[in-house]
Amino acid sequence: MTTAPTCPNPAIAAAVTLNVCRHYHMGQNLIRAVDGVSIEVRSGDFVALLGSSGSGKSSLLNLIAGLDRPTAGTVIVQGNDLAQLSREELAKYRLHTVGMVFQSFNLIPSMTVKENVELPMRFAEIDRSRRDQLSREALERVGLGGRMAHRPSELSGGEQQRASLARALINRPQVLLADEPTGNLDSRTGAEIMKFLREFNQLMGMTIIMVTHERALAEQYAQRMIFLADGKLVANESSQSAVTVAKESAS
Amino acid sequence: MKVYDLSELAVRNLRESILRNSLTTIGISVGVASLVAMLALGIGLQALAARRLQRSGLFDTVVVTSRRDMRNFSREQELSGPSPAESPALDETSRLKISQLPNVVEAFPDIRFATELRYQDKPHLTLVAGLPSSAKDNDAFEGMQGKFFSSDVAPEAILQKKFAEELLGRKALPGTDDTSVAELAQPLLGKELVMRYAERVTQPSQEDAGAHSRPDPGDAAAHADGERGAAYSVISRTQTLKIVGVSDLDPDSMRGMASARVFLPLKLVETLHVLQPSDLRDTTHMAGSTPTYSRVSVRVANPKYVQPVEDTIKKMGFNTFSIVDATRGMRQFFAVLDLFLGIFGSLALAVASIGIVNTLVMAILERRREIGIMKALGASDGDVQKLFFVEAGMMGIFGGIAGVALGWAIGRVINLGANIYLRRQDFPPEQIWSVPWWLVIGAIVFAVLVSLLSGLYPAARAARLDPVQALRYE
Repeated sequence: MTTAPTCPNPAIAAAVTLNVCRHYHMGQNLIRAVDGVSIEVRSGDFVALLGSSGSGKSSLLNLIAGLDRPTAGTVIVQGNDLAQLSREELAKYRLHTVGMVFQSFNLIPSMTVKENVELPMRFAEIDRSRRDQLSREALERVGLGGRMAHRPSELSGGEQQRASLARALINRPQVLLADEPTGNLDSRTGAEIMKFLREFNQLMGMTIIMVTHERALAEQYAQRMIFLADGKLVANESSQSAVTVAKESAS
Repeated sequence: MKVYDLSELAVRNLRESILRNSLTTIGISVGVASLVAMLALGIGLQALAARRLQRSGLFDTVVVTSRRDMRNFSREQELSGPSPAESPALDETSRLKISQLPNVVEAFPDIRFATELRYQDKPHLTLVAGLPSSAKDNDAFEGMQGKFFSSDVAPEAILQKKFAEELLGRKALPGTDDTSVAELAQPLLGKELVMRYAERVTQPSQEDAGAHSRPDPGDAAAHADGERGAAYSVISRTQTLKIVGVSDLDPDSMRGMASARVFLPLKLVETLHVLQPSDLRDTTHMAGSTPTYSRVSVRVANPKYVQPVEDTIKKMGFNTFSIVDATRGMRQFFAVLDLFLGIFGSLALAVASIGIVNTLVMAILERRREIGIMKALGASDGDVQKLFFVEAGMMGIFGGIAGVALGWAIGRVINLGANIYLRRQDFPPEQIWSVPWWLVIGAIVFAVLVSLLSGLYPAARAARLDPVQALRYE
C-alpha cells in the first residue's frame, strides 16, 4: 500500500478519493464493496481501474460518477465534494461534469440513435436547433453520421458503443467514466472504441477513468493502472511498472 | 427539462406501450363519460323544470298591491315602509315607473271585474279579466282551441272551458272525463258575446253626474268625492265580443287572472274604463282623473330577479307578493340531485384513477432501466417525476376529451329514448339533457386533476429510484 498517494491534492487532481467506503447490508452480512480507498487521478490522466469481478472497481466508479454516495470518506471530482452535494446538485454534476459509458451501452431502445444522443441536452435545457446541430456533429465524429435515424437495436455492438460515447460527451464533461466499455465487444471493435478513448484523452485532454478486467487493454491504452481486490486498493502504478506489481498480486 | 421536451418524451412513452395506456385512457374516459352523462341529465332535468316553471308564469311574477288596500295589510307590512295613508297610489305613473326597473320585462295592471255576459240572449254572470299579449307564450294556453287575440285592443274573448260548458248548457258528469275542448270550441268559435259593464267616466264638474245605472256602490263613491272638485260617474255600457278561443286551463293555476272565466285583451279592457273596486277606496283620499289599479303584475326576466325587484318595489312604498320559495326549494332539490349524480359519476372516475396508478407503477417496473439511464445521464429527480406526472396528465386530457364526447353521445341516446317514450305518451318532445360548456371544461379539468393525483405516487416512486440498482441488472 506504499504506492498509494499519501497526500492527494484536490487542486490539481481531476478526481480524488480519500478513504472512501461503500458498505451495504445484504441480509445479515455487511458487504464492503469499497473499503477505504484513496486514489488520485490527475487532470488529463487515462486511468484504468482493474480487478476481478466483485473487487469493487465498478462500485468505486459509481461513487466517482455521483450515482452512489459513499458510506464514509470523501470523493472530490473537479473541485466538487460529492458528499456535500444535494440530490439536485448531484444530478447537475452528472449532467455537466462527468460523462458515462457502460458495458451494456445503455442506449434507450425506444429512441433513435440521434434522440439518445440528444437526451442529456434535453436535461440541460439546450435549444432544439442547437441540440440538432451538436448531436449531428457528435455522431459524425464517431462515424455514425449515416445511422442517426436508426434504433439502437439496428446497430452493431461497436456502433452502439460509439453512439453511447457520443452521448457521454455531448454536454462536454471534463471527466469520462467508462465501465467495461469493451466488455460486450469483440477484440477488433473493442480496439476501435479504445482508440476513440485515447483520441479524446490525447487530443482533447479529457480525463478518463476506465473500469476493465482486461489487463492487456489497460496496459496498451491507459497511462496508469489501479488494482482493486475485495474493495481495497492493491496497487497504483503507471502502466509500464505496474506489470511486476500486478504479477505479484496475481500470484 | 423544458415543458415541450417533457411533453414530447411523455407522448413517446405513452406510445411505447400503446395498448396498456390506451386501455387506461379508455378507463378514464368511461369515468368522465359517466360523470358527464349523469350531470348532464341532472342539469337537463333542472333546466326542463325551470323552463316549465318559467312558462307557467308563477315564478317570474311579482304581484304589486297598494298599501292603501287595507284588506291585504298585515302586521309585517305595518312595520316596514310608510303608513298606508302616506304610501303612493298604484296608478299609471307608478306602473310606468315599475316597468322601467332593471330586469322587469313588463308591468301590467290586473284588471278583473264581475259582470254580465249575454250569449244568444241568455245572461251569464261571470268574472272577466284582462290578459296581456305576453300570456300567449304562457303554457297555460298550450291546450287552447282557436287562436289568441288578433291584437291587443281587438274586441275578442277567450273563454275558459267551464264557462264554455255553461254557455252551451252542458255539464260534465262527475267521475267521467271532461268534455274535450275541441268539442266545446267548435260551436262557439266566431260567435258573439255581449258584455254589459259599468264604465267610470271622469266628470270635470263637481255636480253629480247622476248616472245611476244599476244598484252599484259606485254612486256612493261619486258623492263622497265632492270636495276635491273632481268626480266620476258610472255609466252602464255594452260591448260586443267575438269568441276566438276556448282554453282548457285550470283557472287556479294561472297568475293574475286566476279564477276568471272570460279573458279579454288587456289594452281593450283598459280603454273600457270598467269601474274597479279600488276606485271606491281611493275616492276617500283622492279622486284624480287617473284611475288606480288594485293589482299590478310585474314580470321579471328570470326567476332569480324576483327578490331584488320585489325589494325595489317595496322601497317605492307598495306591497308585493311572489312565489319565490318554490323555485328555491326546487333549486335545492336539484343541487342535491346533481350532487348524488355527480358522486355516482365520480365513482367510475375513481376506479379509473386506480387504473392510472396501476399503469404508471407498471411503467416504472418496466422502465426501471430507462429511468436509471436517464439519471446516470444527468436527469434530476424532478425531471423523472415531472415526466411521469406529464404522462398521467396526458392520459387525463385524452381520457377527459374522449369521455366528454362519449358522455355527450350517451346523453343524446338517453334523450332520444326519452323523447320516443314521450311521443308514445302523446307528450311533446323535451330536452331532458343538457351539456353546458362549463361541464365540458370542468369534466376535462377534473379528469386531468384526478389523473395528476393518481400520478403523484408513481411519479414520486420513479423519482426516488436508485440509479445504481436500476442499472445493475441486464
